[in-house]
Order: sequence, then structure tokens, then C-alpha cells
Amino acid sequence: MAKKGYAMNERELRGLIDSVKTGRLSRRGFVRRMLAVGLTAPMATQLLAISGVAMAQSPSTYKPTKRGGGGHLKVLWWQGATLLNPHFAVGTKDQDGSRFFYEPLAGWDANGNLKPVLAESIPGREDGTLAADGKSVTWKLRKGVTWHDGKPFTADDVVFNWEYARDPAAAATTSATYKDVKVEKVDDHTVKVLFDQPTPFWALAFVGAQGMIIPKHLYADYMGAKSRDAPANLKPVGTGPYMFKDFKPGDMVQGVINPKYYMENRPYFDSFEMKGGGDAVSAARAVLQTGEYDFAWNMQVEDEILLRLEKGGKGKVSISPGGNIEHIQLNTTDPWTEVDGERARLGTKHPTLSDPAVREALTLLVDKDSVEKYIYGRTGNATANFVNNPEKFRSKNTKFEFNVDKANAVLDKAGWNKGGDGIREKDGKKLKFVYQTSINQPRQKTQAIVKQACQKAGIDIEVKAVTASVFFSSDVANPDTYTKFYCDLQMYTTTMTQPDPELFMKQCLTEEQATKANKWQGRNITRWSSKEYDDNFKAGQAELDPVKRAAIFIKANDLVITNQVVIPVIARHAVQAMTTKLHANMSGWDNNTWDIQDWFKEA
Amino acid sequence: MSRQYIIRRILLMIPSIFGISVVLFSVLALAPGDPFSELAANPAIPPEVAASLRAKFGLDDPVWTRYYHWLLAMLQGDWGFSFASRINVETLILQRLPTTLIVIGAAQLLAILVALPVGVLAGTRPYSIFDQIANTLAFVGFSLPTFFTGLLLILVFSVQLDWLPMVYRTDLSATGWQWYWEQFKQSIMPIAVLGLFQGASLVRYVRSAVLDVVRLDYVTTARSKGIGERAVVIRHIVRTALIPVVTLVALQMPVIFGGALVTEQIFRVPGIGSLLISAMQSNDTPVVMAVTFVLSCLVVFFNFIADILYGWLDPRISYR
Repeated sequence: MAKKGYAMNERELRGLIDSVKTGRLSRRGFVRRMLAVGLTAPMATQLLAISGVAMAQSPSTYKPTKRGGGGHLKVLWWQGATLLNPHFAVGTKDQDGSRFFYEPLAGWDANGNLKPVLAESIPGREDGTLAADGKSVTWKLRKGVTWHDGKPFTADDVVFNWEYARDPAAAATTSATYKDVKVEKVDDHTVKVLFDQPTPFWALAFVGAQGMIIPKHLYADYMGAKSRDAPANLKPVGTGPYMFKDFKPGDMVQGVINPKYYMENRPYFDSFEMKGGGDAVSAARAVLQTGEYDFAWNMQVEDEILLRLEKGGKGKVSISPGGNIEHIQLNTTDPWTEVDGERARLGTKHPTLSDPAVREALTLLVDKDSVEKYIYGRTGNATANFVNNPEKFRSKNTKFEFNVDKANAVLDKAGWNKGGDGIREKDGKKLKFVYQTSINQPRQKTQAIVKQACQKAGIDIEVKAVTASVFFSSDVANPDTYTKFYCDLQMYTTTMTQPDPELFMKQCLTEEQATKANKWQGRNITRWSSKEYDDNFKAGQAELDPVKRAAIFIKANDLVITNQVVIPVIARHAVQAMTTKLHANMSGWDNNTWDIQDWFKEA
Repeated sequence: MSRQYIIRRILLMIPSIFGISVVLFSVLALAPGDPFSELAANPAIPPEVAASLRAKFGLDDPVWTRYYHWLLAMLQGDWGFSFASRINVETLILQRLPTTLIVIGAAQLLAILVALPVGVLAGTRPYSIFDQIANTLAFVGFSLPTFFTGLLLILVFSVQLDWLPMVYRTDLSATGWQWYWEQFKQSIMPIAVLGLFQGASLVRYVRSAVLDVVRLDYVTTARSKGIGERAVVIRHIVRTALIPVVTLVALQMPVIFGGALVTEQIFRVPGIGSLLISAMQSNDTPVVMAVTFVLSCLVVFFNFIADILYGWLDPRISYR
């Protein structure tokens, strides 16, 4: 391994891929190494696919031998689905609700492999469906699939979804996935996705959470500005295992079995209901303790409580690693001086955080192990990488350290000496920081842990907590939003909803800096600017070779960490509760209901 | 009571409703938060999407333009649509209304059914053992917040005993008697929590109203005429004592429509209250505006009804 312990260069990467090809290294081993250097599992498998190693088929664990007969499935989302058009889904709740009825061409499993749904097979280099130049991918569609109203599902439907989502007038939330690609119909059961540039990450359009396909014959008259009027928005007609019965926004989604579903012996349940509302703790209770419901979504509950509820033996907690990362951002600009109606303005310099020694000391003062052990438990893992790093794949090379003595030594050496009040200062500037986050119990506890350690090193931390609805809003008039970052340190979870890290790593680009001029919509909140990072990123975007590109993104992660732009704290996992008898595969890279056709209950 | 008075009252309602709408609208416009913040926080969605949605839904216009548009649409019967679900607001409210009426209405009924006899009995026998017990229980009842009693009931009856479901569903699949039985089982806890809470404070009102009347001369006269105790209580005492209670109950009617925020959240009753909460959480202003506005109109309206009722029940009160 190269410098700093976790960078991996292109040559090494090629060597690894060759080892997989020749069978010296397992696919799993390869994925594990990619995760350790900060790539996602789907990215790793895409890398293998484009190098000619076929995707692994995840073995099916589905046991029922006939369709239906499973009774009523009851699932609980404490934030109910508010709309059922996947192209307008605002959060996972809407995507999960839509997924009962609508399906993508393929979905991501927990290991980052693609599993075909409406596609007949996964594109690959062997049969030429994946172009060698990375500029196109051909999807073969399943034949004999019908919509719930009996009309056949064809390539026209797939092409239509691209047209529908890319129309700016529709303001679809999936537009980013579709606006830069071109989709062509080859024949009735084949479509081709074309990219302007060689695109190593080819499985974004029509795949996973953003890839669900709606029927052309019901939506063709409701494109663009008319999208709100489509009757099918409220009465979805899809290809999925369940057919629509009733929908009350925010409260209830109901469906019944699709007797003509194209997959054998599926689905297992005769009907389902997805109930919304309430809070996470009582949802956990309704599954783990009373067994009234079979499944509950997003258990943002302290692990201690979950462990206690599990003791009854009625239910279990399912934890799946994904791309969510709780991190602390260090402001590079001066948040305390107002210039032209704007604080933390570009061009200003943070009076104390601009000293690398101070940044280094702060990274040494975040006791991630304690945060994991005492706050998040099984639901999160201490991490050194900005891009996700699940526990079982944790590299021995990536290291983070909690060391108060070392932090003290670093600060002493840099000339920060303790004043009469025990707070370090230099040239009249004191090490006093305001550290903000949203109101959320685990976050306030984390703040306390950091504050305590900093006190021992002569750094004074003032903690501040802002209501989540204000903190995460894009309200231009409010000074307390996270995008304004009008303080020294702040902490929140950034999500990597799409498996390709390119979009994710955009948030450290100079051109993405959040400023008054762009209404703080830029994604670079720390306002960090590095020519090396920008050049590296641009090189990655233009890179034709997928392996080189991967190496470039590994370097991007490395730059963010070694420059202490952010301090990663905890990789947070997706946590769901289900009854002991329910079999439901979870994946951190796709919807919670990504595998809904395979859900069943043990008799 | 003159007809002139009624007409004047009705005319006065218009400026107050208008004033309420101005206040509600500006408070909502000034409140921090953004209906598309979830989009903004998601790196997979380009900022242009949120920006074009804001423009499309008119969120970038100045407040007074937005108010003008809203008022104009409202006068034509268009309530606007929800940002979160893109469904017309009135559809959303109508979906939630039946559940609200059933659950909260039943709770109010329970409150009255409990409060009337208990309050009257306690009032006619002040400082008896019954009165003391009723008083103590009433104090306990309205001192305990519904979120506490609700959780307590869930812990006892759902978790420990496993007798009752803790989640209220509007889609019971059973039919016939089975349906009524399941509906009864799931309604009993929310109705009991709300009804007993309301009932507890109502008991205190009924008792003091009865106490005021019970020592009046006309009651003594009625007794001395040799009328039975039962008739004295029902025909002479309760009838007079009920006047303030009736007004009180009339003023509580809007609450039935408004739902019960806390109780609905705990038991997942899909009523107007839980609609309001989720709309507030997602900064879905059209829904919040519509629900609060309807509630304020109802308050104004029932105030009017109470005034009229009062004059009708007690002809000594005259309006000019």
C-alpha cells in the first residue's frame, strides 16, 4: 500500500482485477479491498464487470413453492409514503412505497451486485451488451411481462421513462439520472443507453431506487408541466408483484397479490399494507415486542433500546451497511466577520482553524470508538474514511487515533500555549470554537464527548443545537442552516444515495462552494479549496479507463482525509426491524423494498 | 333576541375570518423551513430541481402576491395542493375526516356521558365520600397528560397483556360483526385516553355549576312542595346548571374536527391532527394553512352558535 496507508494506485488496482480474473482473488475479497480504500461495493462490482468479470448472481434464498397463500403482510414506515410516482419520490419512504408496484430493470443487492428484475440479464462484456469503450450499455428486457392492466411491457415504456424524467418542466427528482444520457429502442425488448463520455459507472439509469419504470400508456398524456394531473399518480399501475388497492397519503398504502406476476411462485403474500405515522420507538415496539407488524423501517432508536426489545424473541434487527456518514466539518472561512451581508465568505480565512496543527489536534480529539460504543452500538461504526467503510470490510491500514496527549503535543509544538483560563492561545487568538448540529439525542451526546476531550487539550468548545427542520432547510433568510455554516465546526450525516462516488465527491470541489451568490446551494459546505483535488476530480471525470478512474477517486478520499477537511465519525447503517419469521433481504445500496417479490414468512 | 343582532354577528364574522387568514398566512410565510429541504440535502438531486419546483409552486414570489393568489383561489373553492403529495388539499382533509369524527367524536361523547352523571351526583352531595373520590379522580385525570396515559395503556394492554392492538388502522379486512369487534378493540384505547381526559375537566365544571344552583331558593321551594328528589334534580337543578356546560361543550366542537395531535400520533390514528403534524414536519404550507384556517373558521362559527344557544337557553339574557 502506498502513502498514508490507504491510497492505492492504478497499477495495484489492475493487479487486483487480474487476480480476480485468474481466480487468485475472490470477488468478495476484491470488493472488500475496494471498500477499505473508500469505494462503494456497487462501484467495485461495476469495475469488475467492465474489465470482463461477470457479476455474481446472489443465491436465491426464496423457499415457498407456490404463489400466494402467505396471508397479509403488515409493514410500518413511521413516515408514511406521501406519493407513489417514483419520479417524484422525495425520500426513501416514497421510493419504498412505489417499489411494491413499480420495478426497475435491476436492483443492487447488499454486496453491490446487480440482480435482474425487469431485465432478462445483466449487461456484461462477454456478450457485448456492455460496450468496450464504456459509451453504451444494452439492456435486454424480460419478455412476456405485462402491466397490471394487461398491456404488455416493452422497450417503448423504458424509453418513455427517460423522456418523462429528463423534461425540466416536470422537475422530476430522478432528473439527474436521466438528463445526461440518451436512450434508444433497439427492438421491442432491447434498449440501449448511450453516454456522451465513457461512463465506467453505467448502471444508474433504470436501476435501483431511481430506476423504477412507469407505464407509457398511462403517463404519455401527462408529461412535463401536466405531470401533477395524471390519475395514475394516485393509482399506480406497475409490473410489480403487488397490485394497487388503496392509498391515503401519509397514512396507508395497500395492495393485493398480482396473480400474473412473471416470476415463478412469487409473491408469497396475498396482500400487504404499509402503514405510516407515529415514531420510531413505538414502531420498533410494534414489531419486536408485540409482533403486531412484520416489518418496521428506519429504526433511529438507540441500540440499547433495540437490544432490550429484541429480548422477547419475537423480532430481530437487520443492519445493512450503506453510504451514510456522520462527520464533522471544519470551516475554512471566517464565520465571525460579516463581509457584504455574508459571513464565512470566500476569501476570508478562519483565524485559528487555518492552522494545520489545530486541525490535526481536533482529529486526534474525536473519540470515535466511544461514540460507537456508547451511542450508536450496532447501528454505526467508527470510521476513518469519508466514503463509506462498513465494519466487516474495515481495512487494517486505515487508522484513526484518539490521543489527547498527542493533540497536546501537536498544539504545544505549534506555539499554542495555555493561558490563565486554561485555554490555549497564540497571538491573542484563543482556541474557542462553536460546534453546531441538529437536535437529535445521539448528536448531542457526541458533542459532549468531543467537548470533554477538547477541554483536556485546552480547546474551549461551545455546543449549539438547531432544530432539524431549520438546520437542514435551504431557507436563505435563516443564519442557522447547515449550508451557511456560520460557526466553526458542524456535524451531520451526509448520504450517498447513489452507488457511484462521483456525485458524492463533488462536495469538496472549489466550484461547488456554498456562497451568497449561489444562495448557498453549492454542495461544498466547508468552502475548502484545493487545486490538487479539483484537478484530480476533473481528471477522474474525463478518465476513459475505469480502473484509473477508480484510483483517482481513492485519491480524492485520501486528500479529503489527510487535509482534515472533514473528520469522519461514524458510518451509519440502515437499521430495520422484522419479526423472526419474516425473510426479507436488505441492501444499503437500494430501496428497503428492493427485493419485495422475494419476501416471505417461515411457516 | 333580535334578528338584527344575528345579522350583525354574521357580518362581523367576515372581517374576523379575513383577519385570521392574513395572520395565519404571514406567520406560515415567516416561519423557518422549506418544503424542499429534503431534496436540497440529497446529493443525487441537482439543486435546479428544487429551484424549479420553488418557481413552479410560486414560492419565490413575495408574501403578499402569494396571499393574493391564495385568497383568490380560496374564494373560488380551490384550496391548493399539497407540496408533499401533490394532491388537492381538500381530498387529503376529506380522507382524514371520517376517522377524526369517529374517534374524537366518540371521545367527546364518552366525556359527556361520564361527566354529566358524575358531576351532578357530586354536586348534589357536596363533600360526601362519592364527591371526594370523584374530585380526586378528576384532578388526577386532567393532571396526567395524554401522552403519558396513552403510553401507559399501550404498555399495559398491548405489550404486557397483549389484549389490544397499539396501531389504529382504517383498513380492517374483517367483515360483519368481526369488523365491529376489531374496530372496538382498536378504538378503545385512544377513545378512553381522550375521553377520560376531557371528561375529567368537564366533571369539575358540571359539579361547580350544580353547586351554584343547588342552594338557590327555588330548589328549596321545589323540595318543600313535596316533589321527589329525582324530579328536583333532573327538572329543576340540572336544567339550570347545564346552561354554562352547554356553551362549554359547543365551544369544544371545533376540537372534534381538529383532531387530537398527541393522541393521534401515539396510536397512529390517521386523523386531521396527524395530517397537520406531518404537514408541519415537511413544511407543507398549503396543508398547514388549510387545516388551521378551517379550524379557525369553525372556532368563529361555534362561538356564534354558542352565543345564540345561550340566549335561547336563558331568555333572561338579551342581546341588543
